[in-house]
Amino acid sequence: MIRSGGESKIRLIGRRMFIISAAKAVVVFGIVGRLISLQINESKKYKTLSDKNRFREWKFSPPRGLITDYYGKEIASNKQVYQLHIIPENAENIDILFFRLKNILNLTEKNIVSLRRKIKSQKPWDPLIVSDNLTWAEFSKINLFLHELQGVEPVVSVARLYTEPSSAHIIGYVSRASKKDLQTKEYLKNKITTGTSVGKTGLENKLDSQVIGDLGFKRYEVNAYGKRIKEISLDPGKPGKNFRTTLDLEVQNFASELLKGKSGSVCVMDIYKGDVVAMVSSPIFDPNQFVHGIKQKNWDKLIKHRDKPLINKSISGLYPPGSTIKSLAAISALENDVFNPKKVIHCKGFIELYGEKYHCWKKKGHGYVDMRDGIKQSCDIYFYEVAKKLGIDRLAETAEKFGLGRPVLNNFMEEKNGLVPNTKWKKRNIGKNWYLGETLHAGIGQGYWQTSPLQLCLMTAQIANGGYKIEPRIIFDEKQEEKFDDLNQFIENKEIFKGDVVNLFEFISKFKYKSLFRNPENIKFVHDALFGATNEPRGTSYGSRLTKDKYIFAGKTGTSQVRRFTERQRELEIKNEDLPYEQRDHALFVAFAPYKKPRYSISVLIEHGGSGSKAAAPIAKKVIKKVLDNHELREKQQKLGELT
Amino acid sequence: MFKPGSIQSHLSIREKILSLDLILFFSVLTLGIISFFAMYSTDAGEFAYHTKSHIIRFIVFFTLFIVISFFKTNFWYNWSILVYLGILILLILVKYFGLTSSGSQRWLNLYFLNLQPSELMKVGLILFLAKYYHRISSSDVNKIKFLIRPIIALIIPVILVITQPDLGTAFLIAISGAVVVWLAGVKMKFFAYLSVIFLAVAPIAISFLKPYQKSRILTFIDPSRDPLGAGYQITQSKIAIGSGGLFGKGFLNGSQSYLDYLPEKHTDFIFTLFSEEFGFFGSCLVLGLYILITWRMVAIGNMVRETFSKLFCYSFATAFFVYVAVNMGMVLGLIPIVGAPLPILSYGGSSMMAMMFGLGIVMGCKIHRDHPLG
Repeated sequence: MIRSGGESKIRLIGRRMFIISAAKAVVVFGIVGRLISLQINESKKYKTLSDKNRFREWKFSPPRGLITDYYGKEIASNKQVYQLHIIPENAENIDILFFRLKNILNLTEKNIVSLRRKIKSQKPWDPLIVSDNLTWAEFSKINLFLHELQGVEPVVSVARLYTEPSSAHIIGYVSRASKKDLQTKEYLKNKITTGTSVGKTGLENKLDSQVIGDLGFKRYEVNAYGKRIKEISLDPGKPGKNFRTTLDLEVQNFASELLKGKSGSVCVMDIYKGDVVAMVSSPIFDPNQFVHGIKQKNWDKLIKHRDKPLINKSISGLYPPGSTIKSLAAISALENDVFNPKKVIHCKGFIELYGEKYHCWKKKGHGYVDMRDGIKQSCDIYFYEVAKKLGIDRLAETAEKFGLGRPVLNNFMEEKNGLVPNTKWKKRNIGKNWYLGETLHAGIGQGYWQTSPLQLCLMTAQIANGGYKIEPRIIFDEKQEEKFDDLNQFIENKEIFKGDVVNLFEFISKFKYKSLFRNPENIKFVHDALFGATNEPRGTSYGSRLTKDKYIFAGKTGTSQVRRFTERQRELEIKNEDLPYEQRDHALFVAFAPYKKPRYSISVLIEHGGSGSKAAAPIAKKVIKKVLDNHELREKQQKLGELT
Repeated sequence: MFKPGSIQSHLSIREKILSLDLILFFSVLTLGIISFFAMYSTDAGEFAYHTKSHIIRFIVFFTLFIVISFFKTNFWYNWSILVYLGILILLILVKYFGLTSSGSQRWLNLYFLNLQPSELMKVGLILFLAKYYHRISSSDVNKIKFLIRPIIALIIPVILVITQPDLGTAFLIAISGAVVVWLAGVKMKFFAYLSVIFLAVAPIAISFLKPYQKSRILTFIDPSRDPLGAGYQITQSKIAIGSGGLFGKGFLNGSQSYLDYLPEKHTDFIFTLFSEEFGFFGSCLVLGLYILITWRMVAIGNMVRETFSKLFCYSFATAFFVYVAVNMGMVLGLIPIVGAPLPILSYGGSSMMAMMFGLGIVMGCKIHRDHPLG
């Protein structure tokens, strides 16, 4: 029944088995070869890939650096906020989740649509911020329902808090990073993650790269479904650098209060160190409303406001300097030896030049005035004559020397250059030759001039300190401070205006000052004239003088014309208050104090406030008193140095 | 033909035990013990369901392996056709009463076990063909007339399994059958013809494939085509094996499997897990054991004199090797993911039962090598 194979059959099977065995050997080599390639040659690559699978990092922003005033009081700080994040890949059903959240929070359909769009644009494990500032009630409600809200993460985070709206313009504000931010700000590349706030204006903007800090991260081991298994490591990141400004919050708040209801600016500067003690712009705004995204309604309100609350008028507001330029015009004329200060001119209210009338602000005229009176009573006629002799280019040169026409600080993107007009400028930008009449206007600070209140403050400071160039600063710098170690002693012990050449030389070299004058007597002359303007009868700011010895100050009023008076208006003696608001003059006042040993300069601007003596000087008076009252404290704080 | 007494040969149980092939015995046992650890690791270091049930199965089927080896080869020779037909009936039953899981109808619910008859067919077909070629003379082997029966015996189960659908097992059954036919001496040209026919039919067959099967083939050609879908398995398996390096990540430390990046880690991808935890050396150890088992079965084939025994030993050894090679090639990314378990190591009762069944017959061939058939 069984036909067992013969020998040949067995041999054939054996032969074929041999072939198969050979084939098997090839296959074994193939498999071993592959194992060698994967586990030995490329092992490193696959280990990396395996770790990439295994670990996932969640980045978070550290708290931003604090910004304080000179005394360490916080202007920009951080607060705890309650946030609601969703990790889309952990949510079982995103539609149901949104529906539930809608009932718990006040989410609108519009919110949900934009959230959905965001989910699509990011990785499924990246958290999506549903709300970055929940109330405690909302937050506890979320926590209560947490077990039914898969994928939701209640997060306690930190956000920027601005406690001092008087300094809103200086500090600026932060907000969510925009596409433009990401494109233009190189440093953001490694410093930003979901929910990171970015400085938009003011110091927040300029110091952003240092204030923002270095990202921290949490590294988790995750399984294939993205579920966090355990925390592997945590890097808290590096909180942003703290900054101490030179501002005095008390003065800031005081000045801001004085400006309430007005549109304008107050700047105070240390005339030796260049410290900006106060820089207030009015009206103020609440920068906190930007931190979590400003509501359209509030934004419109800010943008459409007549007085432009978002503009920092101290550095971005540009105004003709008006009569405050007269001090500079006098210095320029004296320095260039073109005018004898003793020269007396008869002011009858106007002069005529090539058939055109040029008026003095005082219709009846000042009568006979010399240069000191010209400054003191702010006689326009006198300075028409000075300007005529001086010429615009020499005046412009002096103005630039004293800090007009370029930014004062380098801490602000929004600071404007202003404009110091000269013949070249007009030719290049307007394409016309300069007229003599324009020189006359320039001599009394009208016409093409564009200056910011801080520039005028710097100009005044550099006149007040005897004519030395200073480097204004708003960020306190420990290293720079050593330079000023003996400053007080120096001011106390040495009368710098006695013309003592040796002392002067010592002064200059010690503090590395650069003098802006040829003859110190010229500066001294202006000091004296300004003293007259505030402290002698008929001086333009006589009404705002302070009589106590230590408060006595010297200042110059200014009225910056918004438009030129017509002859008819002049004849009708139209008063400024009768004009529509937008046509009223800006009121200016610059001063330094105390007169005997000057330490501070101030500039006050009231938009459409009318005359400098009526609107600006009274405010300056109050601020000066405050600043001088705080002076001792400030000196002490300087010695304490480090913030505690 | 069958007498109850014929199960008992004239060798005593003691003699049978003594003539067990120790190399085969211990290498299978070692592989079994390795599989316990691997399974324990897939349960994330817990003595959980898969581990327990795998150990029980191994003990049961390893015993089956020994018990079967005590049966005279003559018994299997006599019963081979019935065994084949029995499994074929089970395959047909699957068509009507089978359990469906992940879109494929493969299992019969036997209450104590979900039996997958297609796995048994891998051995059944070899038995059937070995007997067939034992009986025909070598001069008839290449006659068309004598090719018809083997082809029908091969095609029917393959078609039944393809339509389950289970591409991988169908392919392995076809290979198992083809090996016997080849060893029996069928000329190369018939295989060449068959290949031509296959190549001609393949595109048509592919168009009948389920989308997931199509995508598996396409993804094999270009794994980056769908890194999170079908290519995901290959990619993750390669990452796991590659990251194991020379010595592996250590027992229970395979992050790829522990964190669920590995698909089907206790069945088809068990080698990946083992390779990740024990590295190149571990992989080579397992591969070495499989080579040892294969070599031992071929050696037994060399010992025996009967054509049936020889054909069965050689064919099963070759099929066994092919299963190992296909599984490893698959997890190493050398061939498409076809869904083929790794013999003994993979979780799965039917596969283990079939393998132990085959191994038992081979062992039996050795024990009873001096007993002529009939």
